[in-house]
Amino acid sequence: MTPDEARTLLEQSLRVVVPDADLTGLGGETDIRERFELDSLDFVEIVERLSQGAGFRIEEDEDLRTIDAIVGLLSRGTPHPV
Amino acid sequence: MGEVVLERDEGAGGGEGQRPPIALTPRRAPLIGDWAVRRRTFTWRQARGWLEGLPGGALNIAHEAVDRHGRGDLADVVAVRFLARNEPTTELTYAELARQTDVTAVALQDLGVRRGDRVCTLLPRSPELYLTALGTLKAGAVYCPLFPAFGMEPVRQRLELGGVRVLVTDSESYANKVAPVRDRLPDLQTVVVVDAGGAGDEPSTAEVMAWETVMQEASESLQRNGFEIVSTRPDEPALLHFTSGTTGRPKGAVHVHEAVVAHHATARFSLDLSPGDLYWCTADPGWVTGTSYGIIGPLTCGATVITDSADFDAKRWYSILQDEKVEVFYTAPTALRMLMRRGVEMAHDYDLSSLRHVVSVGEPLNPEAVLWGLEAFGLPVHDTWWQTETGAIIVSNYPGMPVRPGSMGRPMPGVEVGVLERGADGRAGVVDGHVHVLDDPHAVGELAIRPGWPSMFRDYLGEPERYAKAFVDGWYLTGDLARLDGDGYLWFVGRADDVIKSAGHLIGPFEVESALMEHPAVAEVGVIGKPDPLAGEIVKAFVTLKADMVPSESLRRELITFGRKRLGSVAPREIAFEEHLPHTRSGKVMRRLLKARELGLPEGDLSTVERPA
Repeated sequence: MTPDEARTLLEQSLRVVVPDADLTGLGGETDIRERFELDSLDFVEIVERLSQGAGFRIEEDEDLRTIDAIVGLLSRGTPHPV
Repeated sequence: MGEVVLERDEGAGGGEGQRPPIALTPRRAPLIGDWAVRRRTFTWRQARGWLEGLPGGALNIAHEAVDRHGRGDLADVVAVRFLARNEPTTELTYAELARQTDVTAVALQDLGVRRGDRVCTLLPRSPELYLTALGTLKAGAVYCPLFPAFGMEPVRQRLELGGVRVLVTDSESYANKVAPVRDRLPDLQTVVVVDAGGAGDEPSTAEVMAWETVMQEASESLQRNGFEIVSTRPDEPALLHFTSGTTGRPKGAVHVHEAVVAHHATARFSLDLSPGDLYWCTADPGWVTGTSYGIIGPLTCGATVITDSADFDAKRWYSILQDEKVEVFYTAPTALRMLMRRGVEMAHDYDLSSLRHVVSVGEPLNPEAVLWGLEAFGLPVHDTWWQTETGAIIVSNYPGMPVRPGSMGRPMPGVEVGVLERGADGRAGVVDGHVHVLDDPHAVGELAIRPGWPSMFRDYLGEPERYAKAFVDGWYLTGDLARLDGDGYLWFVGRADDVIKSAGHLIGPFEVESALMEHPAVAEVGVIGKPDPLAGEIVKAFVTLKADMVPSESLRRELITFGRKRLGSVAPREIAFEEHLPHTRSGKVMRRLLKARELGLPEGDLSTVERPA
C-alpha cells in the first residue's frame, strides 16, 4: 500500500465513526484521537476497519495516534516495524 | 497472590451453579473480616466513629478526606499522583492537598460562592479538578462534576438545571461547549479557565478568569486572613450528580456531607483500603464512581490515589499497574473486556505482583471476565453494584468472600435490600400502597433498598415529586431487575426501564431523542441500547423522517455527525430509518418493542400498541 492509499484507508475508516472526518490539510503529527474526539470504543472500531482494509491484524495501541504512525504502519504492510 | 481454590458448587440455594465459586485467601487479612459476622455486628453509628467530625456535630467531607490526614500522621503520604500522557507526573501529599484546597476554597469564596451554591468542573482528571472538588466542599458549596466528553447540549442542560454559579474548565471546552450558550445561562456568574496562561502571562478577560491569577490572589488573601473550613451540618448538600432517567430531563441527585460515612466504610469493606495503599480508580469523576471512589472514599482511608488523564490504552494501563505498583484496582467491565481482547499473554508481559484486589463497577460483569482476572492477575475480579442515587457501593463481592462469577455479590453491612414483585409496567407492583418482597431464590423482581444508609440521595434538585416517586412503601426503588439466591448473592437481570448502560455510563434515551429531534429532517426518534460485546450496550436510534425527506446514506451520516456534535460521547453510534415507529395508544414511542425487534425476540403483549395499518 502506498502512503497515499494508506491515508485514504485511514480517512475511510474514520468516516465510519465520524462521517464528516476530513484529513485534508492535516499534518502527519496530528493526533487523530484528539482531533476527532474519539473515545476508546470509537478507536477500537476504526482500528478494526484499518485491519480489514490492510489485510493484517492491527492492535489499537498508544503509538498509533498520529496520522504518520498509522500511514507508516499501513504502508509497511506489517504489524512490526522493520 | 494468595491461594486460589475453585470450590465445588453444591448447587443448593438457587445459586447460578454454572461456574464454581472462587475462594481466594487474600495475602492481607481483609478489613471487612468475615462478611456474615460484619453484617451482624456493623452499624453506621460505628462507622461515623471512624471519622473525626467537626466541633458541634458538624461534618464536612473535605475535612475527613484531607484535613485530618494533612494535619496528622499521614501529612507526608502522597494523597494523589497525577499521570498524564504528555506531561510529567505530579503529586500532592496530604499536607499539600490540605493547603491547596484551602487556597481553592478561599478563591471560590472571593468569587462570591456561598454555602449551597453549585460549583462545576468540566475538566480531565487533573490537579485542578481535585482542588476544585475539595475546595468547593471546604467552602460549604456543592460540587457538581461534568463528564468532559459530553457535547455542548448535555453540558448546557446540566449547567442550567444545576443553577451553577462557578464553572472551572479549560479554554477548549469553554470555547466549544460553553461560550456558544453562555447567554442562556444566567446563573453562571464566573468561569475559571485552567490553561489561560501563567500568572501575569494572560490576564483574565471579562468572560473568563485565569486559574493562576485567581489562586495567586486567594493565596495572598489566605495569608492575610486565614481560612476555616465551613462547619457543614451532616444533612447539608455537598454533591450534585446528574443521572439519566427514561423520560424527561436529567435528574440532579443531591448528596449530603453525611454520605462520607458510607464512602469511607465501603472503601474499607469493598475496596479494602488502608493508609498508604496504592490505589487506582479508572473512572472519571464526571460519573459518580470517579467522585465517590476516585476522590472521597480512598482519601478518607488515607490511601494514595493514582489518577491518569489519558484515554484507555491496554499497554499504558498495564504499565501503570506495574510501574505505580498498584495494589487495589477499581475499573469497569468495558475496560476489562478491552484488556481481554489483547489476550492474557499481554498481562503476563508485565509485573503485576503488587496487585492485591481487583474490583469492577458500572454494568454487569460477565463470568468470563471474572475468570479471566484469575489468569491475567492471579485474582478474580470482584463485581460491585450501586448507582448514582445510592452514592456508595450497596452490593459487593468482598475480599476473602467466595466470588460467584456473574453475581453482583452480597449486600453491604448496614444495608437491607429486597427483591420486589413486579406489576404490569415491569416496575415494583404496588397494591393498596404496599409492595411484595419475593423470597423465592429463582424469582426476578425490582431491586429495592431500605432507606437509612448515609449516602442515600436526598433530593432530585428542584423536583421533589420525582424524588418522592422513587420511594414506595418504605423502599427506594432502583429500577434494576435482580434475583436474590438462597445464600444472599444477588444476580443482575436487566433494567426495569429503558435506560441504556453503555461502557459503564447511564444514558437516558429521552436526552438522545430530544437532541436528534432538533435536526430539521427528523420527525420522530426512538432510542434503545443495542447489546454490544465490548460496551455492554451501544446507543442506537430509530429515526422517522419528515414527510418530504427521503432516507439516504448521506442523511444517515449527517445525523450521526449531528448527534456527535450535540451530545459528544453519549451520541448514537448507529442510526436506522423507520417509516413507522411503534407507539402506545397514548402516543409514546415503544422503545421496548424496538428493542425486542432489534434482538429478534418475541414482541410480547402488544395490546397497548398502536400499529400502522
